[in-house]
Amino acid sequence: MTLLSIRDLSIALPMGADRLYAAKDINFDLAPGEILCIVGESGSGKSMSANAVMGLLPQGVLPDKGSITFDGQSILGLSEKEMLKLRGSRISMIFQEPLSALNPLMRIGAQIAEVFEAHGALNGSERRARALKLLEEVGIPDPQAAIRAYPFQLSGGQRQRVMIAMALALEPDILIADEPTTALDVTTQAQILTLIEDLRRKRGMAVIFITHDFGVVADIADRVIVMKKGEIVEAGPAQEVLLKPQHPYTRALIDAIPRLTQTDAPEQVERAPLLKVEGLQKTFSTGSGTLFGKRRVVKAVQDVSFELYAGETIGIVGESGSGKSTVGRCLVRLLDPDGGRVLMDGVDIAHMSGAELRAQRRKLQMIFQDPFSSLNPRARVSRILTEGLIAYGTPDKEAKAKARELLELVGLDESAMKRFPHEFSGGQRQRIGIARALALEPSIIIADEAVSALDVSIQAQVLDLLAELKTRLNLSMLFITHDLRVAARICDRIIVMQKGQIVEAGPVGKVLHDPDTAYTRSLLDAIPGQDYERALAAAD
Amino acid sequence: MIRFILGRLIKAVFILLAILVFNFLLIHAAPGDPAAVMAGEAGAADEKFLADLRARFGLDQPLYMQLWLYIKGAVQLDLGYSFRQQMPVAEMIGDRLPATLLLTGVAFVLSLVLGVTAGVAASARQGRWGDTLISTFALLFYATPLFWVALMATLVFSVWLEWLPGFGYSTIGAGYTGMAHVLDVAKHLVLPASTLGLFFTAIYMRMTRASMLEVSRLDFVKTARAKGLTRGVIQRRHILRNALLPVITLAGLQAGQIFGGAILTETVFAWPGIGRLMFEAINQRDYNVILGVFYISAAMVLLFNLITDVIYVIVDPRIRLTT
Repeated sequence: MTLLSIRDLSIALPMGADRLYAAKDINFDLAPGEILCIVGESGSGKSMSANAVMGLLPQGVLPDKGSITFDGQSILGLSEKEMLKLRGSRISMIFQEPLSALNPLMRIGAQIAEVFEAHGALNGSERRARALKLLEEVGIPDPQAAIRAYPFQLSGGQRQRVMIAMALALEPDILIADEPTTALDVTTQAQILTLIEDLRRKRGMAVIFITHDFGVVADIADRVIVMKKGEIVEAGPAQEVLLKPQHPYTRALIDAIPRLTQTDAPEQVERAPLLKVEGLQKTFSTGSGTLFGKRRVVKAVQDVSFELYAGETIGIVGESGSGKSTVGRCLVRLLDPDGGRVLMDGVDIAHMSGAELRAQRRKLQMIFQDPFSSLNPRARVSRILTEGLIAYGTPDKEAKAKARELLELVGLDESAMKRFPHEFSGGQRQRIGIARALALEPSIIIADEAVSALDVSIQAQVLDLLAELKTRLNLSMLFITHDLRVAARICDRIIVMQKGQIVEAGPVGKVLHDPDTAYTRSLLDAIPGQDYERALAAAD
Repeated sequence: MIRFILGRLIKAVFILLAILVFNFLLIHAAPGDPAAVMAGEAGAADEKFLADLRARFGLDQPLYMQLWLYIKGAVQLDLGYSFRQQMPVAEMIGDRLPATLLLTGVAFVLSLVLGVTAGVAASARQGRWGDTLISTFALLFYATPLFWVALMATLVFSVWLEWLPGFGYSTIGAGYTGMAHVLDVAKHLVLPASTLGLFFTAIYMRMTRASMLEVSRLDFVKTARAKGLTRGVIQRRHILRNALLPVITLAGLQAGQIFGGAILTETVFAWPGIGRLMFEAINQRDYNVILGVFYISAAMVLLFNLITDVIYVIVDPRIRLTT
């Protein structure tokens, strides 16, 4: 029996888009209680295909061919009014970013009750009671408090649970989950995946799960569809697609997954530390703490000490809110540390200011997470790359020549100089970000989640580039990430942080395979797709 | 919340005092004084007459003494005495305030309601002719100078069509009472209030439209659609509420000006309000009146800023109060 059946579906993009179809000749079926994963990189049309089922395509994007049949009824021909009846009641959806997916000005309870209201189900007090029960069911710690809370008062994982509660309110036949765990850290991701799996079993609900993460796919999928540039390149039962991929594209994607087991032992060289961090402290507080307003204090970094040697890469890992980014920002002095010392070549830069700091600063450069927002959209690449050099007194002409060299170094064409950031893809933008960081010839690069926003295949390329540059230019790197797989791939040593403190530090092989603390163990256990990785390793 | 309001009020008192001192010094830095203007109008004036006037007005005392006396009075809400008009300033302002409040208040409400409604209507029709029409009118009102609109409105509705009175607060000598008086004032109000409101209507419209379109692209609107809510509910409950936040900021700014009167509009339509009072006072160097008007309007700007902040907190739970 099939619940949903899509035949020859094509979704046309508006004129002037980079291709004619968002999705072309899509065919698949979904059975009740089945989890179907649609995998693909950004722009592969995976979200568009799912949105078409909900009738939620963006303006100007229309299905122009084929059919979608849900429970014996053709969806594409339905009027908006008939579609409203299906949406939220028989087919519902959850999204990637659980903060922006909730109305910031409405209480959680009201947002859940709205689902019942939209479909005329239950009366006022019953809606509230049901909302409470739903929150309980999705595992919110204190449903009584959560129902009165505003979205900003909940954590990322809790918000996604609220989204799921909302989607489940009217017991839909199909749940469409569009990258629901991408914005969450590993432990929360593992919890949400278990929750979805549980609910599927209990309610016999079918799930269309859209993701780019093969680890997640391996853990939950019954069947898998791989999409590339709007077309399905491979489809089949999860085991077959994952372990015996037929299409070269699928194989390339799977090869690009960073492996936990893939850790080279670092060369043991005795050197003087390049950077020495001693007892770093940073506390954030809101409210004046005086007569007006209560003071709220967050100890973001507490007594963090470590040493970074020349040519070494240290990974700082931890969940969101662990203070790992704050450490990076304190080192480059985007934030002023409250205490401790940061010794660069024996000089403490933690409390420097003015010209002294400027002179030291060029030795430490940063690469940021979001290649979209970390480049000035109104500046051409030539300005982005030369700005720092010119600020340090390099003549304009020399700076330009240097910028061209840098572009070549990061694998971009010289013609990029005259273009604006929006003309590049995500991976290319991150290359520009790397070139910018290298422009000042730093000895240390601090990369804050530098590959987290990229697709796996691009991620692999950027990681390779960083590794290559590191050896070529003899750089040291501090690699801040929440992704242990990425850390395994690029780091020599790993520092695990929790609530502002270092809980464990050591060589990558030791920390990732034989950790000393329960916390590191729990982080490792939460990584999706570990059985799959072992199976892959066995198949090799 | 109460602590926040108290804290802000204490701060406001100091700001107000600072404004008072600054205004006082600024006005005294300008050449000429009320005695000189009065003497000039009287024609033949000798040094003794001037000195007499100055002594009567207290202008012969050293500046810091004058300032001290003024502040001492102002704290007790005694705004001094207008020697020009032979009246206490507080009384003069009190006389003019109702007319100004009526004009600016009506203009405020009118522009807010019209502007937001038009903005919502335009955003719902984005890119279609309805949107173009509304946006064109808004741009027109936005770009046209106020005095020109005022003059044209008088010309068309009052001189040519003879629908509405072109100036004044009520019909002089008609002696209307009760409803007839209210109606009479309302008729006189139409032209000045709509002239004054037009500019802000245009601004509110443009801001509401832009803000609605921006919010409608946010993720939670998609969530609302995925719930199966109708377009109307999504527009009202999800988009409009979020889109109104920047409009509130602007409305707070406009509300602060309510008490300051509208010099241009009041002058063109001969509206007996604060704006005209101030205009006359400036011409006559009537120090106490000018300072009094400044004092009241500064206090009101501070008050409305505080009210705006409080409204913000009520509307947007994410904002925390810090003084």
